[in-house]
Amino acid sequence: MDAHATTFGVPSRKMAMWVFIASECMFFGSLIATYLSYEGKSLVGPTPREILNIPLTSVSTFVLLMSSLAMVLALEAVQTGNRRGARMWLGAVVVLGGLFLAGQVYEFREFYHEGLTLQQNLFGATFFVLTGFHGAHVTVGVIWMVTLLVMSLRGQLGPERSLDVEVAGLYWHFVDVVWIVIFTVVYLIQ
Amino acid sequence: MAEHPTHETAHAGAHASKGTYWLIALVLGILTLLEVAVFYVPLLHSVIVPILLVLSSAKFALVAMFFMHLKFDKPILTTLFAGGLVVATAIILSMMLLFGTIGPGAHM
Repeated sequence: MDAHATTFGVPSRKMAMWVFIASECMFFGSLIATYLSYEGKSLVGPTPREILNIPLTSVSTFVLLMSSLAMVLALEAVQTGNRRGARMWLGAVVVLGGLFLAGQVYEFREFYHEGLTLQQNLFGATFFVLTGFHGAHVTVGVIWMVTLLVMSLRGQLGPERSLDVEVAGLYWHFVDVVWIVIFTVVYLIQ
Repeated sequence: MAEHPTHETAHAGAHASKGTYWLIALVLGILTLLEVAVFYVPLLHSVIVPILLVLSSAKFALVAMFFMHLKFDKPILTTLFAGGLVVATAIILSMMLLFGTIGPGAHM
């Protein structure tokens, strides 16, 4: 399969993904700005200090970081024609991404039972919108990884398709770096 | 933007070795542990914000440079990403200033 290089010498699809990522920086920047602007301004509880589960989120953060390692190893395996390695590492990304999402669903459920909803207070509204949008991005990423895994299992993901995996990887790593910021800003700096 | 057909694998570029990726993952794990440790040490609470910002910036930079290959890729991609980050940071600081979270009259 032929790709097209831009005048910068970068394949078009890769350049498009980076432009998308730059726009996503502004999108998440706006959501983080909204969260920080309203931080500490809720008139009723629960507050972040009362409700956030740091041990659980720390484990989730570690899981997402390790999924980035699996992603980069999957790309390396595809580029070198290591089909078994590609399947193993893409499978690992799917499992780790799924674990992260399961942790988020558990967290949201717990918060709901403790009285924190989207309408409860400013913290609930800004927290659920920010982390919810991030979770939606992870969900899209997991679906993307599943499609790559299926392609790999069908023997359709050779070195000639490495750009497909690289572009998907860029998206996945971006979702990871956004979580690095959210974990610090929302969970640790209260 | 003009486009020229080429083979996509020709743009794969130089990447880090597998060993480097594992090392970066180890460092990321350690930095995360440090972040959580700082959160639980009451003595550090007066300086928790700068410490956590430095640690998370280091994690962010490591993932962007090595896992996203910015260290080895064309500089235009770094410029593109940095542009998005600069605008995002400007949005965050402006909003915080407007809402009185930082700056004169801050009430955090």
